[in-house]
Amino acid sequence: MIKKLLPNLGEYKKHTILTPILVIFEVILEILIPFLMSKIIDIGVKNSDVNYIIKIGSLMIVMALFSLLFGALSGKYASIASVGFSKNLRRSLFEKIQHFSFSNIDKYSTASLVTRLTTDINFAQMSLQMVIRMLVRSPIMLISATFMAYTINPRLCTIFLVAIPVLGIGLYFIASKAFPLFKAMLKKFDGLNASVQENLIGIRVVKAFVREDHENEKFRKTANDLCDASVKAENMLIYNMPLMQFVMYACMVAISWFGGNMIIRGTMETGQLMSFISYVSQILISLMMISMAFVMLVISRASIVRIVEILDEDIDVKDDQGDPGLKLNDGSIVFDNVSFSYCKDKDHLNLDNINFEIKSGETIGIIGGTGSAKTTLVQLIPRLYDVTGGRIIVGGNDVRDYTFSNLRDEVSMVLQKNVLFSGTIKENLKWGNENATDEQIVEACKAAQAYDFIMSFPDGLETMLGQGGVNVSGGQKQRLCIARALLRKPKILILDDSTSAVDTATDSKIREALSKIIKDMTTIIIAQRISSVSDADRIIVMDDGKIDAIGTHEELLSDNAIYKEVFQSQQKGVA
Amino acid sequence: MAGPQGRKPKIGKPRDAGKIIKRLLQYQSKYKFQLIVVAIAIIISALAGVAGIYFLKPIINVYIVPLIGQENPDLSGFVSTLVLMGAIYLAGVLATYLRSKLMVNISNNTLLRIRVDLFTHMESLPIRYFDTHTHGDLMSRYTNDIDSLREMISQSLPQLFSSLLTVAGVFIMMLALNPLLTVLVILMLVLMLNIIRVIGGKSGKYFQAQQKEIGKVNGYVEEMIEGQKVVKVFSHEEKALNNFDAINNDWAHASTNAHTFANILMPIMGNLSYVQYAITATIGAIMALNGMTDLGTIASFLQYTRSFSQPITQMSQQLNTVLAALAGAERIFEVLDEEPEVDNGYVELVRAKLNEKGEYVEVDSDSRHSPLLKREDSRTDKKDTVIWAWKHPHSDRTVTYTPVKGDVRFEDVTFCYNEGEVVLKNISLYAKPGQKIAFVGSTGAGKTTITNLINRFYDVPDGKIRFDGININKIKKADLRRSLSMVLQDTHLFTDTVMENIRYGKLDATDEEVIKAAKLSNAHSFIMHLPEGYNTIITADGANLSQGQRQLLAIARAAVADPPVLILDEATSSIDTRTEAFIEKGMDTLMEGRTVFVIAHRLSTVRNSNAIMVLEKGEIIERGDHDDLIAAKGKYYQLYTGMFELT
Repeated sequence: MIKKLLPNLGEYKKHTILTPILVIFEVILEILIPFLMSKIIDIGVKNSDVNYIIKIGSLMIVMALFSLLFGALSGKYASIASVGFSKNLRRSLFEKIQHFSFSNIDKYSTASLVTRLTTDINFAQMSLQMVIRMLVRSPIMLISATFMAYTINPRLCTIFLVAIPVLGIGLYFIASKAFPLFKAMLKKFDGLNASVQENLIGIRVVKAFVREDHENEKFRKTANDLCDASVKAENMLIYNMPLMQFVMYACMVAISWFGGNMIIRGTMETGQLMSFISYVSQILISLMMISMAFVMLVISRASIVRIVEILDEDIDVKDDQGDPGLKLNDGSIVFDNVSFSYCKDKDHLNLDNINFEIKSGETIGIIGGTGSAKTTLVQLIPRLYDVTGGRIIVGGNDVRDYTFSNLRDEVSMVLQKNVLFSGTIKENLKWGNENATDEQIVEACKAAQAYDFIMSFPDGLETMLGQGGVNVSGGQKQRLCIARALLRKPKILILDDSTSAVDTATDSKIREALSKIIKDMTTIIIAQRISSVSDADRIIVMDDGKIDAIGTHEELLSDNAIYKEVFQSQQKGVA
Repeated sequence: MAGPQGRKPKIGKPRDAGKIIKRLLQYQSKYKFQLIVVAIAIIISALAGVAGIYFLKPIINVYIVPLIGQENPDLSGFVSTLVLMGAIYLAGVLATYLRSKLMVNISNNTLLRIRVDLFTHMESLPIRYFDTHTHGDLMSRYTNDIDSLREMISQSLPQLFSSLLTVAGVFIMMLALNPLLTVLVILMLVLMLNIIRVIGGKSGKYFQAQQKEIGKVNGYVEEMIEGQKVVKVFSHEEKALNNFDAINNDWAHASTNAHTFANILMPIMGNLSYVQYAITATIGAIMALNGMTDLGTIASFLQYTRSFSQPITQMSQQLNTVLAALAGAERIFEVLDEEPEVDNGYVELVRAKLNEKGEYVEVDSDSRHSPLLKREDSRTDKKDTVIWAWKHPHSDRTVTYTPVKGDVRFEDVTFCYNEGEVVLKNISLYAKPGQKIAFVGSTGAGKTTITNLINRFYDVPDGKIRFDGININKIKKADLRRSLSMVLQDTHLFTDTVMENIRYGKLDATDEEVIKAAKLSNAHSFIMHLPEGYNTIITADGANLSQGQRQLLAIARAAVADPPVLILDEATSSIDTRTEAFIEKGMDTLMEGRTVFVIAHRLSTVRNSNAIMVLEKGEIIERGDHDDLIAAKGKYYQLYTGMFELT
């Protein structure tokens, strides 16, 4: 798992390695200072050697200053390394998601992908910083302080043999008990947040049904649960500090007693006792830090798992077999015995045994109820999904023989659930063709019947759109999306229910303009309204993943039951 | 949890710290006694730490150094001193535990009370408040703000207090041990404080920049992932990645700076204390040689030096957290100070029946939730039949009872959300019990506003809207809304089973009633196809259901509520025309005998209404039934024949 993340250190590898090295230097210097202090007392004071005292004292100051330098540098490198790592990791994730196929995208919710790119990455960044600083510093501090204490007085060190295991086991016990409790608490916390979120979104429903008291009661229960869970978890953690203090203080008393006796018996010097006490606190604080770092690491483990999950995601539609030189000959489409299943399961087919041919330049309508797989059918043409069985020939070749960009440059699709991005209208339209001239943009807008309303805005094409195109109406948004697709000048244009919010008159004007703006363009129109498809060359009627009939409006009206039914349901009201 | 980002000390300082603290303390008033115990415990544990170190001096000076080389040294004094030292330490340990234990209880219960208050108050706020505040903004008060409050109450404040005591205690002890060496400490202290000020300031500035950049990164990521399918359709992957790189690099730059300053503070302070340690050891040793001090004093003093810098460094961080938390608390109190929905209504919904004299009298109702409209009840005036009625107390102390029928009238209603922007202008209309009234018009024409006025999501001046002849401002809001059911365009479902979501319309509905309602709205068949049928848990606002299915559930919810007045706001917009034709029968049954207000884009949905109002810019420009309007050849005719587009 960690191996997957390491390449993201990239150009920051140097800083990642330098940080712990600097930390080691800092620790060694810090460790030596109390040792030198004992020399001042035991040699300098004992022999009344002022020069020695000053010499050693200056050495100590110099060492402390170097230690400061190393410490500060390691802090700086740690931030460069961890931020750099997080930057690279975020990029890797983003890049991977860019290569996701539609079915990969369907698998994850937008929110969960965003959380991975934000919160989870933050945890990964914190973990790295923790590992290269704290998890290097504390064990080395622990080992070298123990070593120094040992050189001062091996016998006194036996105290550690008792103290370290007591503290270590105690901390481990607390952490292992607390961790599941914290996990339980975090889950309750998520529940609480979800409940608030729900009430924010659904406040009108709550108020309309006078359910405020009901919601308050529900919330009080959730909040109480959270409170209980969090008291339980924290009650475990509060043993940390007293345990730490207890062991440390016990060591001080024990060392004072045994060390004092040794000094009295002449087997130890006073200065040595003093530096020994310094080492004890360093050792115990290190242990404490290690336990804290481990708790943090375990918590961020969940985040790292979620990140790796994305990095490991198998992309199921790839174009590395595509021939970059292969272009579409024309706008013809052939479905040859195509079957398709979203879950790649032959027993649960969403499309079954689809066969038809579309000649270049034809206009084809598709009609069918909710869930009849109209959208599924057309999404196979630009290879947004791969067929489960059979093959699709577009422009004379199997869609799998093209590269994505060659295929999708010629097959332009206006999605049912379409999105505009924040930026000006012009910037949004240029998604269709980056090098489009102003004339081309105006032409496309006119064809999509968008030109008039764009010009009615004070800033015209330079009008700023909010995220998701919030400041234009549904019908206007759909027309902008059509204009955007037209700018590609594709051989095949697919409109997936793209004029549902546009009135019938404008709708027919758009269809009329389409054939004029691009010659010989194959057009496929999915619609709810019969009027949107009635003048198409042919209409495909879909029902439950199968083609029910193909024919002209008149043909279908006379001999297709579904088509007739839809037609009649719409005759009552012309909307 | 808010994640690491939320923990960073937030920028922004509270405006009136004193007031906020006072208010926070009110939340803890229940724990006054416990808080005093906590304060005492903190004092004990801080002083124990300080005092313990002091014992090094007498131990070395009195019990060790003089005894060096003695054959049979008298260790009894040594032992008793160590016992005393141990006892003080033990008291410190126990005090630490006591303090933590009490604080866990106090802080969690305080947060519980704040959370519940915040939520309860939020539920009572008028719709207008939710219109003007984003969800993210309100949400962050529950996450970031409460989180920083938690940190302050349970950690920072006690630690700040403890650090302050430790620093003061250590300083006094140092002064007592050796005033000359203490002067050095003061010099170093001034240096340290200046470093904290400079580095802290720089770090704060860069953290602010980092917050801004991370906001940009998150915004971009959210927008691109939201539109990921569009990105793919236009082969825009490379370009998206390039834009992302630019933003990501900007963030990395700001963030590296911010973290660098935060990271170097600790090692600088820690090592400065070693410099101090070295100087103290050197000068102390020279002083000892000249008899100006003794070894025990130096030993204690050195330990004090080490335990001096840590609380100072911590104090600067703790102070930041406290300030951030107070700013958070201020934002929480801001919500709590919002005016809740005003409800001066005194007309109540009660159960009543006709007595012998032909007058309605109130009967004890066993359930507030029994069906509001038993059709046979409200239509026949049979004796002993219990019906719902409006209980209207008058100023002359008489009380009248009016049966609930569902008669709604607007009299010349003008309304604006904000001063000067008129949304509705001189609207007059009436809906007799059982009539179906439709509103047609462009987005922003004021259709939804009309329905929102009926159930008093927004208030209009007195006497303009009447329900069964009663001014709706006189009716208790809860009772008014109970007699209306709304099905909104955006259906909101709650995390619970399908069954409970439908039952939301009427909490005491039986399972049979729920299933009957689901059948009526044609939701039954798809519910039975869900993995667990009616017991399927709906998650994330029904993300696993299609928009059309969610609307069917919302209709079932309204059917269960069984109110005299029904408001359908684009309730079938996501259901295709064929399915809509299927559920038509169910809808007809649902609407039968009720006053219904329909808003729809699709004209086939409103065609058979008793009256259709065409709205434009807040005014009714045409009214009449379908045939009238077609004959009039006005706007409705244009819409109907597709000559005009609704936006």
